[in-house]
Amino acid sequence: MKNRAWLFLLPALAFMSISAVIPLVTVVNYSQNYIFAGSMPFFVGVENFVEVLQDSQFIDAVIKQFVFTFLVLIIEIPLGIIIALAMPQKGKWVPLNLVLLGIPLLIPYNVVGIIWRLFTQADIGVVPNAFKLFGYMYNVTLNSNDAFFTILTVDVWHWTPLIILLSYAGLQAIPSAYYKAAAIDGASKWNTFKYVTLPKLRTVLTIGILLRFMDSFKIYSEPLLLTGGGPGTATTFLSLFVSRKAESYELGYASAASLIYFFIVLVLSYIFFQFISRVGRGVHHA
Amino acid sequence: MATLEFRNISHSYEYSFGKVKEKEKAEWVINDLNVVWEDGTANALLGPSGGGKTTMLNIISGLLKPTEGQVLIDGKDVTEFSPQERKIAQVFQFPVAYDTMNVYNNLAFPLRNRGYAKNKIDSKVHKISELLNLDEYLYEPAGSLNEGEKQKVSLGRGIIRDDIVAMLLDEPLTLIDPKLKNGLRRTLMKIQRELKLTMIYVTHDQHEALTFADYVSILNAGTIIQSGSATELYDNPKQPFVGFFVGSPGMNFIDCSLSGGNLDCKGFTLDIGSFLEENGVKEEGEVKLGIRPESLMISKEQTETSVPFNIQVIENFGHYQIITVEGMKKRLKAKISSDIGVSIGERIFLSFPKDKIILFKQDKRIL
Repeated sequence: MKNRAWLFLLPALAFMSISAVIPLVTVVNYSQNYIFAGSMPFFVGVENFVEVLQDSQFIDAVIKQFVFTFLVLIIEIPLGIIIALAMPQKGKWVPLNLVLLGIPLLIPYNVVGIIWRLFTQADIGVVPNAFKLFGYMYNVTLNSNDAFFTILTVDVWHWTPLIILLSYAGLQAIPSAYYKAAAIDGASKWNTFKYVTLPKLRTVLTIGILLRFMDSFKIYSEPLLLTGGGPGTATTFLSLFVSRKAESYELGYASAASLIYFFIVLVLSYIFFQFISRVGRGVHHA
Repeated sequence: MATLEFRNISHSYEYSFGKVKEKEKAEWVINDLNVVWEDGTANALLGPSGGGKTTMLNIISGLLKPTEGQVLIDGKDVTEFSPQERKIAQVFQFPVAYDTMNVYNNLAFPLRNRGYAKNKIDSKVHKISELLNLDEYLYEPAGSLNEGEKQKVSLGRGIIRDDIVAMLLDEPLTLIDPKLKNGLRRTLMKIQRELKLTMIYVTHDQHEALTFADYVSILNAGTIIQSGSATELYDNPKQPFVGFFVGSPGMNFIDCSLSGGNLDCKGFTLDIGSFLEENGVKEEGEVKLGIRPESLMISKEQTETSVPFNIQVIENFGHYQIITVEGMKKRLKAKISSDIGVSIGERIFLSFPKDKIILFKQDKRIL
């Protein structure tokens, strides 16, 4: 009788196999073949992988990706916590705050890209014109640094609210007795944060860091719409790099690259999860 | 070690937080309270939930500034002092242990915050952990302890400071597993005896209050109704509330009217004229008769002064039983020996010994 419950999983399983399993298997298959559109594929074993790992463009994209994700995490996580701490904990401004913070999260990716393309457009954009006031000639289509940091800014603007909302929810769940005890114990503000607030936020921050890590590591539509990966390869992050290869019909190479990419995300997510869920937590005994 | 004192303390959350602008319209949790807790005594604040007990504690420790009045420690006005400056330890209902630190660091935390020297901290931590029987967990992460041990840790952080003058306990046993409660209660009493701290123990559990404290104050709706030793409160309640709240089960009450030495309780009459005269009671009119469940005398045969009742409920506690009886639209509880065989629905006769009767008129004790 109990086994019948599995039947309910069938629709989801069917959906998953079409959307994830079949493509994944196809990619694994492609990665071991030399394919050029129109011609017959032939088996090359690990050759594609070797080629990918020796490709300086791929290595360049990986490094860029790591730098970007690292910056995203070290900016968005502390910033999110700080803003959540600064927000009113109760009162009539709370709902308004939450709605305002939710707005960036509600905007679809492609719209975000278009909004920021308008913002940063060299002739009419508000950003270049604002920089001009300070004597800086900002140009995303010419200056690599401008392009990179603009993408970073867009991501911070778009996703810090997620960390804020998560932290805010976490803060609300901390029993007030902890803060009272810390006050009686004479703890400084910093110590109260370090020993009460931060440990109690661990669960929500684990989720937040993992989500931000995985999402920023997969960043695609922002650079695609805003800079098209340029100037040069300044904003060609990993996903853009892989899709460019696929678009140029190097399917075997692109498949191998995307598997390596997938493997990196998987391993790092696992390490992150293990690290965050263990740090500062004691071994449990009954 | 210190004497704690409240002078005309009143508190309203609504008024203090500016939710209600006029004093008259605000809800006052504590009303013009004057109390002294003597140096080195074990005190309890006993009362129903929502009576203002925790508010009082938070005012003493400085977590809350009273809307009006002064808090004095050894005669010195500390109303404006922060919790850190007051040298008072407080333990909360919710056991607070800093999860990311081990027990040692938890205990050392208040000392480190105050800049004690390392070797001093070390000797203090060992002394306190020994006192609380926490030595075996000293290097375990606090997050892995059970609730009872966590409460010990939070108690330890309170008493580890040299300068502590008083210890406030806010229902410290409420959330603790019954199996661990006794041990923790013994620890609390031991600490009070050894350190001779002025302790204030807040609880709604009369057993905890009466066993722990030398001096119990009954608090209801923001005022202290009566203070005294456990025996005093039990034997001589000043108001029906005290009689009802202290004792398990609480005192029985019957509405009666008193005239010419006759107590007419609508169904039965008691002649207590001579007894009233002996005690100089002159009041007459509507009164409330109070009698403890164990003061009621039960018999199976009617006598001249006894009143018939039917047994509704029997609760047997081994060496005694509590019976709920009904008769003449009255419902009473009696505590009787379990040697007496009774059954539900049985008719029994209760008599009211004169010297055990307490009379209240408009909530004031007259006999």
